[in-house]
Amino acid sequence: MKVTFPHMGNLWICLNAMLQYLGVETVVPPPSTKKTLSLGSKHSPEFSCMPFKLNLGNFMEASELGADTIIMAGGCGPCRFGYYAQVEHEILCDLGYNYKLVVLEPPEKHISQLLSRIKYITGNRSWFEVIRGIRFGFAKSRAVDDLEIMAMKLRPREKSPGHTDTALTEALKLIAETRRPEHLQESQNNSAEIMKSIPTESRQVLKVGLVGEIYTLLEPFANMDIERKLGRLGVEVDRSIYLSQWVNDHLFMGLVKGLRSSSLYQRCSAPYLRHFVGGHGQETLGGAVYYNNAGFDGVIQILPFTCMPEIVAQSVLPSFSQDTGMPVMTLIVDEQSGEAGLMTRLEAFVDLLAENRDRKKELA
Amino acid sequence: MPVIIGIPRSLLFYKYYPLWKTFFEELGAEVTTSGHTTKAVLQEGLKLSVDEACLPVKVAFGHVQALRERVDYIFIPRLVSVSPREYICPKFLGFPDMVRQCVQGLPAIIDTSINMYRREGDMFRQFSEMGAHICKNPLKITAAYRKARSEMARFDSRVEAGMLPEEAFINREGIPGDGPDHRPTVAVVGHPYNIYDSFININLIKRLEESGINIVTADNVPERLVNSYAGTLNKKLFWTLGRRMVGAAYHFTDNPSIRGIIHVASFACGPDSMTGDMIERKVRRKGNLPFLNLILDEHTGEAGIVTRIEAFLDMVNMHGQASGI
Repeated sequence: MKVTFPHMGNLWICLNAMLQYLGVETVVPPPSTKKTLSLGSKHSPEFSCMPFKLNLGNFMEASELGADTIIMAGGCGPCRFGYYAQVEHEILCDLGYNYKLVVLEPPEKHISQLLSRIKYITGNRSWFEVIRGIRFGFAKSRAVDDLEIMAMKLRPREKSPGHTDTALTEALKLIAETRRPEHLQESQNNSAEIMKSIPTESRQVLKVGLVGEIYTLLEPFANMDIERKLGRLGVEVDRSIYLSQWVNDHLFMGLVKGLRSSSLYQRCSAPYLRHFVGGHGQETLGGAVYYNNAGFDGVIQILPFTCMPEIVAQSVLPSFSQDTGMPVMTLIVDEQSGEAGLMTRLEAFVDLLAENRDRKKELA
Repeated sequence: MPVIIGIPRSLLFYKYYPLWKTFFEELGAEVTTSGHTTKAVLQEGLKLSVDEACLPVKVAFGHVQALRERVDYIFIPRLVSVSPREYICPKFLGFPDMVRQCVQGLPAIIDTSINMYRREGDMFRQFSEMGAHICKNPLKITAAYRKARSEMARFDSRVEAGMLPEEAFINREGIPGDGPDHRPTVAVVGHPYNIYDSFININLIKRLEESGINIVTADNVPERLVNSYAGTLNKKLFWTLGRRMVGAAYHFTDNPSIRGIIHVASFACGPDSMTGDMIERKVRRKGNLPFLNLILDEHTGEAGIVTRIEAFLDMVNMHGQASGI
């Protein structure tokens, strides 16, 4: 059994750690590229969202590397992600791929359904080991998020452009290559050292909050590396969703304290969106309100074309922007997105934020 | 003067109108609806909604706008879930919020959440909440709810017997008792607000009828059959409308009297991107049933639709002759 899984940013580091710790052979799909996307788009329903198409592309490419089993998360709606795995599997069947599909999701009838699926993957490992494996994966997700947060702060302040990204790649590699939980702390220290060694200078930076759909926020290929682009333009970025926070909210029911959680955003969204709308629609609104309260200069919403929850959020964001004076930009991505167009829009948006800030200063 | 409650003729109007109308009328309110969708209604909707919204949502905005000035209340319930472990669609969950934030000068809004996700049983609690806007008497509300329920049950049975909703709203006599139908039967599968709104689908139903076609829709299939076919899926479908469409379509592929299937979806519809694919895949695997996938948006042109329907019907007829029906 060679297990593969879809890409979503650095998710592979955590999943790979967990599965390898449990002695499962894994195939990490090649990083998502234009080729992945065109493979996926070619065989996906036209109006399925971009993450669907990329998932499918990942599976097709992983199959070339010998993968024969897919593990995937599921869900129970109303976002269509909950039905991804089943539809993707049907498409793969019709294309002649011979994949076994294991969906990890809240059980329909009984918890034993979920447990037996985990057992299928982990074989005869004890539950104790399985839990340790999951904890290892989670610890890695936190380590990865810490590094990314550092990078987002460093990018607008680095002395030579691109230095942070080189360092981040190196630091992430250290984390990814750690095979045992007991060595993780050491790798974390080393990788933090790498990040700290980046020469910086103190500059005045703008702050932008990224909100929106989780996949497009976490996957740099999907959002065309927006964090880097903004960093180069001298903007410090924060995003409303981090991997570890999502895992904590959804898999551990918020057990781990001290992480920002989606319930904070849900409370913040109250005046504009009073009900959950599936996906991260409510968190998008809540995130925008949160960034406004935290004194950010602007908010960018990212969503895949046809994403239902985010369309609801997008409809409501203009009145938030009007009430608060917070500039909001909406970026919709799909297989037709072009990089040059995004760059132009980002430059214009950052100019607007800088002007806003200068005007505020004059008034003060 | 009775309170005037406006119900937009959009979204789940075609599924629940008799229930809502009877309920509010029994409480002494006057119920009015917006007219049929027109170009003007759509234009208003386009102005108010974001580009990315689907056609039925844009049209729904237009209907709210059309009602806005002539009613005391607009009734746009937040339809989260109408049966256990199922949702409608994220846009229905957020529709009242979208309307509040995007439409200026609204009258009072009744946007009670209807959420049956976690429980079986009836919607009395939600209806008491709705009723409380116009009537404080719980006895009266209970009676009105009962009456509305039985009215709804009669409507459902008329639809199940083969009537289309618009007809079933007016015709209260019951099933037309004509003999066996010799016209070829074509199934139209799609969300009720797409297939019953003749503006959205550019008169699809009428065009088919004029071409001598007998039409069945997913709503004409009894719940029991829908469930047994939807039950063959690897995973329960969590969209109520999607489950009905897939279950009914699977049933149609097994039913030899169905000579073709037309799948109607709005551009960029989320649930349809999944369920449409499942239906199409099923039909293609079966291999010998004419299938037409119509995608609608505000730019859909009449000529294009007519051509495609004609081609589809030619296929249905050819296929019928080949198999000697």
